[in-house]
Amino acid sequence: MRKVLLPIIIIAATLIIVARLFYLQILDDSYIKKSDNNAIKIKYDYPERGYIYDRHGKLMVANQPSYDIMVTPNEMKDIDTLQLCSLLNISKEYFIEKVKKAHVYSPRLPSVFLPQLNKREFAAFQEKIRRFKGFDIVKRSLRDYQTNAGANVFGYIQQVNDVIIKNNPYYKSGDLIGKQGVEQMYEDILRGVKGVKYIQKDRFNREIGSFKEGIYDTIAIQGQDITLSLDMELQKYGEALMFEKRGGIVAIEPKTGEILALVTAPSYDPAILVGRERSKNYTRMYNDSISKPLYDRGLLAEYPPGSPFKILTGLIGLQEEVIDENTTFICHHGFSYGRGAFMKCHDSGPSKLHDGIFKSCNTYFANTFKLTIDKYPKPQYGLDAWSNHLKSFGLGDFLGYDLPPGKKGHVPTSKFYKRFYPNGGWRSSTIISNSIGQGEISMTPIQLANMMATVANEGYYYTPHVIKKIEGHVIDKKFRTKHYTTIDKQYFKPVIDGLFDVYNLGTARSLKVEGIEICGKTGTAENFAKINGVRTQLTDHSIFVAFAPRHDPKIAIAVFVENGYWGARWAGPITSLMIEKYLKGKVTQTAREEYMLTHGLKAEYDKVISGQPFKINQSYVP
Amino acid sequence: MKNQSVTNNIDWITILIYTVLVLIGWMTIYSASLPKETTSIFDIGQIYGKQILFIIFSIPLIIVLLTLDAKIYDKYALVFYGIGLLLLAGLFVAGKTIKGQTNWYSFGGFSLQPSEFAKIGTALILSKFLSDVQINLKNTNHQLIAFGIICLPVFLIMMQPDAGSAMIFASLFLVLYREGLPGWYLATGAIAIVLFLLALLVKPQYIVLFTLIIILAQFFLTRRAFRNPILSTIIFIVITGFVFSVDFVYENVLESHQKDRINVLFDKNVDQQAEGYNLNQSMIAIGSGGWFGKGYLEGTQTKGGFVPEQHTDYIFTTVGEEWGFVGGLVVIGLFVTLLLRIIYLAERQKSKFSRTYGYCVAAILFMHFFVNITMLIKLFPTIGVPLPFFSYGGSSLWAFTILLFIFIKMDANKVNEW
Repeated sequence: MRKVLLPIIIIAATLIIVARLFYLQILDDSYIKKSDNNAIKIKYDYPERGYIYDRHGKLMVANQPSYDIMVTPNEMKDIDTLQLCSLLNISKEYFIEKVKKAHVYSPRLPSVFLPQLNKREFAAFQEKIRRFKGFDIVKRSLRDYQTNAGANVFGYIQQVNDVIIKNNPYYKSGDLIGKQGVEQMYEDILRGVKGVKYIQKDRFNREIGSFKEGIYDTIAIQGQDITLSLDMELQKYGEALMFEKRGGIVAIEPKTGEILALVTAPSYDPAILVGRERSKNYTRMYNDSISKPLYDRGLLAEYPPGSPFKILTGLIGLQEEVIDENTTFICHHGFSYGRGAFMKCHDSGPSKLHDGIFKSCNTYFANTFKLTIDKYPKPQYGLDAWSNHLKSFGLGDFLGYDLPPGKKGHVPTSKFYKRFYPNGGWRSSTIISNSIGQGEISMTPIQLANMMATVANEGYYYTPHVIKKIEGHVIDKKFRTKHYTTIDKQYFKPVIDGLFDVYNLGTARSLKVEGIEICGKTGTAENFAKINGVRTQLTDHSIFVAFAPRHDPKIAIAVFVENGYWGARWAGPITSLMIEKYLKGKVTQTAREEYMLTHGLKAEYDKVISGQPFKINQSYVP
Repeated sequence: MKNQSVTNNIDWITILIYTVLVLIGWMTIYSASLPKETTSIFDIGQIYGKQILFIIFSIPLIIVLLTLDAKIYDKYALVFYGIGLLLLAGLFVAGKTIKGQTNWYSFGGFSLQPSEFAKIGTALILSKFLSDVQINLKNTNHQLIAFGIICLPVFLIMMQPDAGSAMIFASLFLVLYREGLPGWYLATGAIAIVLFLLALLVKPQYIVLFTLIIILAQFFLTRRAFRNPILSTIIFIVITGFVFSVDFVYENVLESHQKDRINVLFDKNVDQQAEGYNLNQSMIAIGSGGWFGKGYLEGTQTKGGFVPEQHTDYIFTTVGEEWGFVGGLVVIGLFVTLLLRIIYLAERQKSKFSRTYGYCVAAILFMHFFVNITMLIKLFPTIGVPLPFFSYGGSSLWAFTILLFIFIKMDANKVNEW
């Protein structure tokens, strides 16, 4: 025992030391991070974000320099807080809160203290920055908009939040990231790749050279420019036409699926989301739950499509061979589909398909729908055959465009009705409202526009998209692939003829444009809203869909004006103006233009929130 | 046959390990003290330059040690001890006080730390005393003399004060045990340390309760012959008194920096920028090394100078950071091999003097190695002692060289002894 005690102690102590070292060096990897925090300073070199051009190569979005004041809490020393606050025009509370927040993020790393100073503010501060130890200025580039339209398409850039930093190691506190619109969808391309420099620090936080002679350093890669399919003039014009109205305009080039204009109203000037007023403006718009300027109605609003949907009802009827061009139904100011159940119609007398379309006869399409469903042994089969046709038009699902995904809309299926009628018992007549675009069917404006593009193409569409060109890239394959519908080409012709006569004989007689053959369809959709918890019917939505010219179509368009009543009252005129503007480059219908640019529906919207009882669908012209 | 060629009988293995440790030590010091502009490695304005000088000067020292007659250590052990004590006492007259501690003589650009050398004299005189055939460590008087030999320099060192160096002398109790000191001395010491640490961690009442249970269990569960109510009661009273006095000692006897070091060890409200800084940085440097380290001269913590005193007491952090777990294992392996080799050599000595001295060398080196490394990795409170052959400093390098080579000489000479 006496001989072996010392060797035993030595060996035991050594084993303990080795085990401890194994734990510290191998098992616990927190020290590696701590070591990097200690000794390595990372400096980023921010590349300039790519520019955005419109389809004619006009610069829409460029950059301007901006300066962020950063603070590193551990390096702060002898700060004259009062002077700093008055120099930057901030409150003492702001100072305290920001420094506290920075400390939480990291006492050793810089956090944003005051973002997005402009050149003048920067110059004033830079003169005195030496007095404020621990404060530093980082130059970044912010967006500089060359237009005040298209905010919803562009999206905006903002500072990354904690969630993004956690999920994506590329982004660090104070970095900018694209949000919404193409800024978000093409973030990786527009952003470029920031350059990184690793610098060895000593314990006084002084830089003592590059880390490992800079072998890990990278140079910044410039963001790439992108060209959008948007026609900036048309976009701007569309936004102007939506003066004091709510709704959306979507214009698509049928031959390519390129989105020419995507208007949502009300919208905002993209420039207000740049600079120090950004967060104030953003919060204001975010909290505006009534007019919702940040809500892209073109993609997100699901409306009952109303009469334009009759186009699809007709096409499906033809494809299912339950009607042909000459099938005639007689209308008695409506359609009686059950005991005491009656769908009103402004039409009367016998109609063929052609008349049915341009007169927008409810009876005609209710009959067609009924025949389609009843063609099958059970209504479930009929309905599912019907909804499969609709799905081939991209309805009831995300279209897959290169903007934030929007909404699916809704196409009812037999499964859907099974929820309401678990024991069956529903028939074609139960769901007859769907025939005229009411009932359970809903679509977004871009789906409607895409439907018109499909009709214009006589049976296929390209997934709508806003990207036209990225230097050195080919655009996504799905934007170059024809999607065929289940409707054969031959059935489109009679429907298109009907749509043409909407302008000659039908509901849009007054909306003709000199020298352009337009095919279109009005729509008037009933809609409801909850007001103080009560489901209340509001004035109908004014809807119009069209494409032009009739031969070799160049533009397909859908216009929604919320609570605008007749399709021909608001949406129709806007459609005509948009089409003429795009095809001719100038507008001849000056009176109509003047009216649309200066009149809106403010009174209509105000009465809903006034708290007073109100009437709807008043036939006055405001 | 007397004094035939020394080189034939020298234990080259020990010398090889010594050499390797000193060289690795210098490389590490070079990394830890590298300035921005590299100069010649012989630049004596730099720490690594000075260390090279110390290493070079230890060569003639070694030659002298190996040439001198081994008998002189036996003969003049008392003289060596006396010189050591004188040097320690002299500090109070001519020593230089740095941060409240008077550990050094300073003449010109050169400093000497006598506590490093006092170990040699103490080891020699202790060996001399124990090798006397009439000495029996079962004898209380002889025990007291042995304790006195150890405690005299400890007392002087404590007066400097330098708790770290003083603590090293505790290792000599392991030597006494080897030479016949009753085991309960060590056992009592070990129990006292454990109780002290426990008392700092948990409330003393719990320890007393626990002790009571153990003693009662011993009393009632063992055979009547082993029962000793008086002894049991005394043990209980002593332990109770000890445990309750720990708090008092902690609050009133320990210096605030010593309290801090214990707090740091147990994570009691530690400010990582103040009292916790050294240990935290030391753990970061070692912990960030991983399997193979960041590479020689590539340690970011070492380059940034985050670990204070990195070239002296904290030198192993550079090993841990730049050479990683594997490198640390090699260095530890070298130390352990050296220690076991010395013990092996000691056990084969013919004279009791040489054997005891060899044991002293192993125990002192082990204590340095153990305290130095465990304090870096939060296993032991921070106590400033150098890592033998590794840490920067002429005094410690030469003192350890002398300590070791006296033994190597004795070992080489054993064929001449009867």
